[in-house]
Amino acid sequence: MNNVITIIGKRLGLGLLTMFMVSVIIFLAVNMLPGDFAQALLGQSATPEAVAAIRKDLGLDKPIHIRYFDWLLGAVQWDFGTSFAKANFSSYAGTTADANFGTVADQLAPRFANTLFLAGVTAAIAVPVSLIIGVLAALYRYSIFDRIANVSTLTSISSPEFFVAYVLILLLAVLSPVFPSLSNIHDGMDFGQKLEKTMLPALTLTLVVTAHMMRMTRAAIINLLASPYIEMARLKGLSPFRIIVVHALPNALAPIINVIALNLAYLITGVVVVEVVFVYPGVGQLFVDSVKIRDIPVVQACCLVFAAAYISLNLIADVMSILSNPRLRLPK
Amino acid sequence: MTLNISRRTALKTAAAAGALSVAGMPAMAAPKHGGTYRIGMSGGNTSDTWDSRTHSDSFMINMGAGCVFETLTEVSSAGELVGELAESWEASPDAKIWTFNLRKGVTFHNGKSFGADDVIASMNMHVEEGAKSAAKPIVSAVSEMKKLSDHQVQFVLKSGSADFPYLVSDYHICMFPAGQIAEAIAGGIGTGPYKVVSFEPGVRALVTKFDDHWDADNRGYFAEVEQIFIADASARVNALMTSQVDAINRVDFKSVKLLNAYINIDIIEVTGNMHNTFPMLVGNAPFNDVNVRRALKYAVNRQEMVDKILLGHGAVGNDHPIGPANQYYAADLEQTEYDPDKAKFYLKEAGLSSLNVDLSVSDGAFGGAVDAGQLYQNSANGAGVNINIVQEPADGYWSNVWLKKPWCACYWSGRATEDWMFSTAYESGVPWNDTGWENERFQKLLLQGRAELDAGLRGEIYREMQGICRDEGATVVPMYQNYVDAKSNRVENSGKTGNLWMLDNLRSCKRWWSA
Repeated sequence: MNNVITIIGKRLGLGLLTMFMVSVIIFLAVNMLPGDFAQALLGQSATPEAVAAIRKDLGLDKPIHIRYFDWLLGAVQWDFGTSFAKANFSSYAGTTADANFGTVADQLAPRFANTLFLAGVTAAIAVPVSLIIGVLAALYRYSIFDRIANVSTLTSISSPEFFVAYVLILLLAVLSPVFPSLSNIHDGMDFGQKLEKTMLPALTLTLVVTAHMMRMTRAAIINLLASPYIEMARLKGLSPFRIIVVHALPNALAPIINVIALNLAYLITGVVVVEVVFVYPGVGQLFVDSVKIRDIPVVQACCLVFAAAYISLNLIADVMSILSNPRLRLPK
Repeated sequence: MTLNISRRTALKTAAAAGALSVAGMPAMAAPKHGGTYRIGMSGGNTSDTWDSRTHSDSFMINMGAGCVFETLTEVSSAGELVGELAESWEASPDAKIWTFNLRKGVTFHNGKSFGADDVIASMNMHVEEGAKSAAKPIVSAVSEMKKLSDHQVQFVLKSGSADFPYLVSDYHICMFPAGQIAEAIAGGIGTGPYKVVSFEPGVRALVTKFDDHWDADNRGYFAEVEQIFIADASARVNALMTSQVDAINRVDFKSVKLLNAYINIDIIEVTGNMHNTFPMLVGNAPFNDVNVRRALKYAVNRQEMVDKILLGHGAVGNDHPIGPANQYYAADLEQTEYDPDKAKFYLKEAGLSSLNVDLSVSDGAFGGAVDAGQLYQNSANGAGVNINIVQEPADGYWSNVWLKKPWCACYWSGRATEDWMFSTAYESGVPWNDTGWENERFQKLLLQGRAELDAGLRGEIYREMQGICRDEGATVVPMYQNYVDAKSNRVENSGKTGNLWMLDNLRSCKRWWSA
């Protein structure tokens, strides 16, 4: 058991190191973005003095390493600062209106909750479905069922997301109005309403991520079927279903867990297009809107949250695959 | 020609007749109160606030001046200037002193009553230290504001301006409660027929009827207005077709035919003042030569651009910025047509046999600007003008290309009055004069027209100015772009919608009702 704790500790340490490196990259990359918040804000009326005044207000005139450490120190305390748009606005009103306006964290939190909700609903549909189809495809490999499952999932993953989205809107919102085409969930809705509104984007994303997970499940199991111990099980006269579910699946878990984690991370970070089509108020839209107006604190916070999601999900996947594999769990 | 009355026209006529009959028989076809009005709107931003000084796109204009706040005057659906919070106004003969009589019995959403102090405080917001209001030029033209009584304000202007009552209809100049401006900006407290329930910038806004509104019977018929920010044009159309919203703005031209096939959806299309331009910086050769400019004006095939870029949803421009929604639009001014021979003639006048120019374009200037540039290139070819299209990034277009590159693509949403439009972008020395063009006669007429109260004389002055722009100016205005919006038949209007701005001048929440 101690072994496991050391492994987890090591992985955590590595994860933190990665986070730190990512934060440096994010900060440098965002600062290298062409354009400037002051210019984006003032637009057609950007005079050099006005730009300089705004830059000074926001602390953009300080050297880059000082700004980085200020930001990092805040970020580890879940304080991503005040978004430029809001900071500028309170100086605008000429009042101490700051208290009335959220920080970046306040702006990000509800959006992130929405994104997690969508990812959760999608995962609740996609993971069981792809595991079941994957196992069945391995069981009846090279059968008609296997081929149909492969062709249909590969078709849906190969189509652009917005295309899948519009096909679903056409089928499920226009031709037979089962679900609403607009997923503008908000706080006033109860869970059922939110679930109904989220159904179409969740189904779209399900179609997008299923192929990956289903095919990995199928491949990992089929790969194991050539092993001697499976042959032994077969010689014992076990049913194919029992061989796959009881003997092969536990040993195939590691790659499956990894691919699930990767897809979950994708669901949190990469669904901007789906959010735009369904008007879903998630982090992706906030991120794109903020890049558009060069609102650096929000952009950086979004990047950091995305990176954290990727790293922690990978970490969990690593730990779980270690736990699922006695050879890794108890190294000699 | 056979008289062909479409179903839609018939409906509109019926609706208009209904509206007319209201006066005589109040029981018939009167607007209904109640219901929820849901709008899918473009132009939202995560940096949006209730500060009307910063409002620049449809989402906040419709929520601000269109729901929660009110302005002193407004432009009606028929295009007339009518009072909103001002009951009446009068000018001194030189148009320098304007006295506004305010409505009595108006209250803010927080219970404070509205009066002269609020007007003065709200005007001052635009000129206070550090304020970056788009309405600053309007308010800084006022030298003194006097409170004559609780419900009467006098503005003394630095120089005469016949358009002053028009200017205060600007959606930036909303009335805020004096002494509580910071709270009003934070929470959205105005005098409008709707009060704020919830507001998520860049996502959604929900407002409900304000029962103590001074004209609750005739303005703001809906019980509730929900506005959803939908950035994607196809998503807006989808939302309307699947009854998720009752109205949408900026229907993309390709979807119009599709929506027309739905009998429960009405397309609302008006030609307003929005126009696409190609401004030339006259400080740069060869644009300093008026003959070169004329040659380029004759080298563009305007009708082709309207047909191919706007898919017919627009009208040809005549190289001046005054549009059909302006009072003194000179519709009878002779139209500059595509004429390669004339273009060649003016090139010869300029001492040139052929001409090579760069045109900077980007779809950030206006949708389809790159294609428009290519059409221009093609039509100019026949006139011996070789246009080299330089494609610029959309990102940062307004800071890096516009006002900087010698010839580029641009658009203007237009202004409610001639003077306002000319003095924003055509007057000598103003920062947004995007050509640097100056003309003595034009400048003289501009000042003359500004202080002239006689409508007939103003008409002549502005007609001449439009002519000067067309013949001497440095801006090619190939086309006016229509506002195309759509509504479902779950909401009704009087049949007449304003053409100053989209969706009934962005006043549909105050003027329309549930069917």
